[in-house]
Amino acid sequence: MEFLSDIASLINSTLRISTPLVFAAMAGIFAERSGVIDFSLEGKMLMAAFVAAVGSYYLGNPWLGLLLAIIVCVCLSMLHGFASVTHKGDQVVSCVAINILIIGLTTALAAAWFGQAGLTPTLNENQRFLEIHLPFADALRDIPVIGTLYSDILSGHYVFVYLAYLSVPLVFWIVFKTSFGLRLRAVGENPSAVDTAGINVFTMRYKALAINGVLIAFAGAHLSTAVNANFFREMSAGRGYLALAAMIFGKWHPKTALIACLLFGFTDALQIRLQGVELPAIGEIPVQLIQALPYILTVVLLAGFVGKAIAPNAIGQPYIKER
Amino acid sequence: MVSPILELTDINKSFGHVQANKKINLKINKGTIHGIIGENGAGKSTLMSIVFGLYQANSGSIKINGKEINLRSPRDSIINGIGMVHQHFMLVENFTVLENIILGFEGETVFGEKLQKAKEDLEKLCKTYNFNIDLDATISDLSVGFRQRVEILKSLYRGAEILILDEPTGVLTPQEVDELFKILRSLKDEGKTIVLITHKLIEIMDLTSEVSVMRQGEMVGHTKTEDTSKEQLAEMMVGRSVLLRVDKKEIKKGETIFKVNNLSVKDDLDVTRVKDVNLEICSGEILGIAGVTGNGQTELLEALSGIRKVESGSIELFGEKISDQNNFLNPRMLKEKGLAHVPEDRQRMGLIGDFKAYENLIFGYHDQEPYSKSAILNNKEITEYSNKVMQEYDVRPNSPNLITSNFSGGNQQKIILSRELNENPKVLLVGQPTRGVDIGAIEFIHQRLIDMRDKGAAILLASVELDEILSLSDRIIVMFDGKIVGEKENKNVTDRELGLLMAGVA
Repeated sequence: MEFLSDIASLINSTLRISTPLVFAAMAGIFAERSGVIDFSLEGKMLMAAFVAAVGSYYLGNPWLGLLLAIIVCVCLSMLHGFASVTHKGDQVVSCVAINILIIGLTTALAAAWFGQAGLTPTLNENQRFLEIHLPFADALRDIPVIGTLYSDILSGHYVFVYLAYLSVPLVFWIVFKTSFGLRLRAVGENPSAVDTAGINVFTMRYKALAINGVLIAFAGAHLSTAVNANFFREMSAGRGYLALAAMIFGKWHPKTALIACLLFGFTDALQIRLQGVELPAIGEIPVQLIQALPYILTVVLLAGFVGKAIAPNAIGQPYIKER
Repeated sequence: MVSPILELTDINKSFGHVQANKKINLKINKGTIHGIIGENGAGKSTLMSIVFGLYQANSGSIKINGKEINLRSPRDSIINGIGMVHQHFMLVENFTVLENIILGFEGETVFGEKLQKAKEDLEKLCKTYNFNIDLDATISDLSVGFRQRVEILKSLYRGAEILILDEPTGVLTPQEVDELFKILRSLKDEGKTIVLITHKLIEIMDLTSEVSVMRQGEMVGHTKTEDTSKEQLAEMMVGRSVLLRVDKKEIKKGETIFKVNNLSVKDDLDVTRVKDVNLEICSGEILGIAGVTGNGQTELLEALSGIRKVESGSIELFGEKISDQNNFLNPRMLKEKGLAHVPEDRQRMGLIGDFKAYENLIFGYHDQEPYSKSAILNNKEITEYSNKVMQEYDVRPNSPNLITSNFSGGNQQKIILSRELNENPKVLLVGQPTRGVDIGAIEFIHQRLIDMRDKGAAILLASVELDEILSLSDRIIVMFDGKIVGEKENKNVTDRELGLLMAGVA
């Protein structure tokens, strides 16, 4: 019985830990399917976390914090678009600039506003998202298997967790079942074909980036106003990059990207679970080694276990119409 | 009196300092096939891109059916009944035929009814014009000829009344060209208007009823096709009279000096692209390799010139084995043994575009006397040599200090040729020597190759231009799918025979 609840809690934390990865990976799919590289997921997630925390601290409502985060992230995406779509700059450089800017900006603004470098005040219960307990969760807990599944795994998550997993089929539907999705995929593969079909390539890429900004804001808000009750320095901790890796591992496809995110989430959950645990024959594994697990997995997976990842054909190339 | 369906008045267009179109006037009559001919860089494609709304003219007006219209984007043109088949197809390779065709004209936000309707409409169109296209096929699985049909179908589906085709035959086998012309004629009979952009005189004579000639951004003449001749058109295109036939002396064949035995070569993706190829070239002989692009010619040339590793088999020069799977000589060592190479892709492999002309003229020999002494470049010597050789090869403009990428394709090719021919090679490997080169320069390049042959060099010529193969080669081999599928002495061979071999059907 204890084994079962162990498993349940592991799955539960996998779902929670994967949440920002899923949002970020979906955000990445929109940008990269349109042909724009987005390394700035990391920076945008960090900015969203900061803005959401500050917003709900001042406005007293986490939803308003989220809204602010969305606005700011869309603006950052537009900035990336302005540099790399309109002015045809190098997309990676633009992303790196955004990432560095935001690490400094969040630290400095927190110091200026709250007197502590890179730390925002703790949010009270009204200022943050709380766990949602699904109806009858307590009553059903004792039913074997179904009870565990419902009460311990499905129930008791933050709103973002549910939204993240609902976003995956939605993204799939948009990308593969709508005319917008067709144009999105086309513009990342062969922008000239899109242009000659009478569609504005730049507008398409900006639209994709706007959606990217909205989605990544959810990831940041999840970190600072749900899982934690404040923003702290560099709290995104490489999740943006991890999500990008998951997206590539998932071959720019929402379903497989989801699986990759869950895999990364699972190793992370596992490493937390394994900390301080004595394993038979091996003994206690150093914390540092365990914590490195998800990142090692990323490298190993990307290095060759998944086969050749075929990126959208026109990725990273600014569209130049006239010679 | 037929009324013009499309009328251009005083169109001007410049890119930076380059004026691509100067005061162009053009009238195209409804229901005709109208040819626009001119050399590379004459401004034909730019003009048609303006008509298609891809570029905007700096000044001038465009009338369709007598009504002046403002074309700000391809969408405006498509709505006004203009369709264009570009030289490089505008297709998304990993989409299906259907997806490519409806792109931009889906008619609904979420796919459903309209998609079904589009499919039915397209199937009808395919039947009408006998296109034989599977709408659910992925583009990357289709041959070039079929991709072109998809492009035509796309334009028709979008309601094109005027169909512009930009150099449509460059990538097709002669049989595919026949099919295309059949389609174009049937479209004309349906009342569609066709604009054919080309630099091939024979196509103009075959297909069009009227022709307009462009030279250096200007429209230099309009005429009815029946009132003109190939020679006259060529003269209008170049601005002087041109020799269309190459004069070739009787072959003086020497001993076999270059020999390839059972050669197989893999490409970067580890796919075998050259399969068990055997060939011999004698001194004083030009061996032509015909074939549709991508049938192993590139990899063969790369292997022979020491750029690509040999998978199996061997290469012999003067009876000495120079390469097999275990060891191969690099291009530099081959050069010392008297082998020169004019690569297919001159921008990528033949030249360094950002270098000045004089640097490219000596590149590869730059560390030898007299161009350098004790590892220091001898600029005086280099400049002198450059001036001399650029005059000799008629490179225009005649300025060694100009950045190489600013020369036209033909002049870039002359720079490479002068460098490779300068040392009087025994074996010369030439890939696509006149791709993107204007007629005037073609004449010059062909003459140089013939001169080399007459001087006793063994020349291997790979080209996708059948005319070029037929007019230069003494012997012709055809490559298909990495194999040599045919070998013929160049006597009474027709392009039809070669075409069948090239398509892999004979």
